[in-house]
Amino acid sequence: MLIGKQSDITPSEITPQSVYQDRRQFIKAAGFGLLATAAAGYGLIPNHARAAAEQRKKITGFSKTAYGTDEKLTPYDDVTNYNNYYEFGTSKSDPSEHSKLFKPTPWSVAIEGEVKNPRTVNLEDILKIAPLEERIYRMRCVEGWSMVIPWVGLPMAQLIKWAEPTANAKFVEFVTLDDSLRMPGARVPILDWPYTEGLRMDEAMNPLTILAVGLYGEVLPNQNGAPIRLVVPWKYGFKGAKAIVKIRFRETMPQTTWVKAGPREYGFYANVNPTVDHPRWTQASERRIGGSVFSPRVKTQMFNGYAEQVAHLYSGMDLRKNF
Amino acid sequence: MLPPNRQQLGLIKAGLFLLALIPLARLLWLGMHDDLGANPIEFIERSTGTWALVILLVTLSFTPLRLLTGTAWPVQLRRMAGLFMFFYACLHITTYVWLDHWFDWQEIAKDIIKHPYVLVGFAAFMLSIPLALTSSNAMIKRLRQRWKPLHRLVYLVAIFAVLHFWWLVKKDITEPMLYALVLSVLLAIRVAFTLRKRKGQLV
Repeated sequence: MLIGKQSDITPSEITPQSVYQDRRQFIKAAGFGLLATAAAGYGLIPNHARAAAEQRKKITGFSKTAYGTDEKLTPYDDVTNYNNYYEFGTSKSDPSEHSKLFKPTPWSVAIEGEVKNPRTVNLEDILKIAPLEERIYRMRCVEGWSMVIPWVGLPMAQLIKWAEPTANAKFVEFVTLDDSLRMPGARVPILDWPYTEGLRMDEAMNPLTILAVGLYGEVLPNQNGAPIRLVVPWKYGFKGAKAIVKIRFRETMPQTTWVKAGPREYGFYANVNPTVDHPRWTQASERRIGGSVFSPRVKTQMFNGYAEQVAHLYSGMDLRKNF
Repeated sequence: MLPPNRQQLGLIKAGLFLLALIPLARLLWLGMHDDLGANPIEFIERSTGTWALVILLVTLSFTPLRLLTGTAWPVQLRRMAGLFMFFYACLHITTYVWLDHWFDWQEIAKDIIKHPYVLVGFAAFMLSIPLALTSSNAMIKRLRQRWKPLHRLVYLVAIFAVLHFWWLVKKDITEPMLYALVLSVLLAIRVAFTLRKRKGQLV
């Protein structure tokens, strides 16, 4: 080989170190993953051992609150292994299985639209906006099941105050990560990516609405929407946008992903309402996750049991039309 | 290949019988080891429903196999397969009525009337009852030429069963589409052969 000969490999062809390392890691993890999945599938490894093998990081310095402390919590394993997160696949076990290698750091969120100063903010700085709190909330999925989850997060209202929206801001739009390299499910055009959600300004300002960064006192697992996700407990779970990358203040109502996917079946408001069925299935009752084979269904409550705090937001509205 | 003799056929039937019990054994095993996942009732409902559908498609594949390859003896396994389809459908609907709804008949009635996917599933089950009841040799003899038209109901059962699955899926219809595809092929082969036979008779 001649010294000084110019390489005929262009810089763009060179695989960055991070990528090939990721690949190796991926191959390794995929191997282990397969073994573990196979072993688990045959009942060789119990659920709790599987969970313990995963990396879990404690959050320090959040305050406990009175929210929902009388509720029986859904076990950690169920909260983290039964998820809807189509960017990682459409089955309930896909998110936990396919998000193992997802790295939610570093992370930043763009604050856009009707605000004084549009800017991009690091996750670390978002965490400084307000002290973190624990909120134990019921979560009701539009499919008819529910959980009770101890979230750790900050009130959305605090972030809004910090963002200083203009008088034109009537809605908040949440745009989530659409990265088909890191999210295998996002390669499939099953929904119109990026997954987008939205709230009316007064809904976003309601004290119940939080941006969660953890659960069970630990950093939010990837399959639950790491590193930062929306939690709106009186609405169906799909309103809770995961892995948020943009928060956009708008004058007009945003087009949200599930409304685009099925306008007859999913509405912008998506408030939990036992008297308005999904066109295809009942919303009158729900299956509480974590029960046994003999646990009966639970009656679904109006606004998921948060009517006292939020019913006034919808006074005078026809909830049959604005479902 | 020679068709199996009486003794061999007996063995094949016994094997098929044991094979068809595996999904139930698996459910019991997982249930005893508390490994039915986060939503065990949904798991049992989906599993028994899926196996009823799979076995139904197996039941419907013996005739196309004969038409395409001339191998006729597997048709002798059809009744057992059909009854296993009914067995898993019974487990499916028992799970729904008992574990899922705890015999809340009012809720169940509402669910059937209001929701098309439940309605077609219910219809598929109801239509399969007379088929199961008339599957014995004695009933075949008693019904004579009426037996065959009655058992053509199985096509309707299959179409309803696939629809039932299709309509319950929230968004990702890949799986029900696969079942629909298999069913379409199985039915198309029958139609093609019937048309050919008719054409032959006309000429």
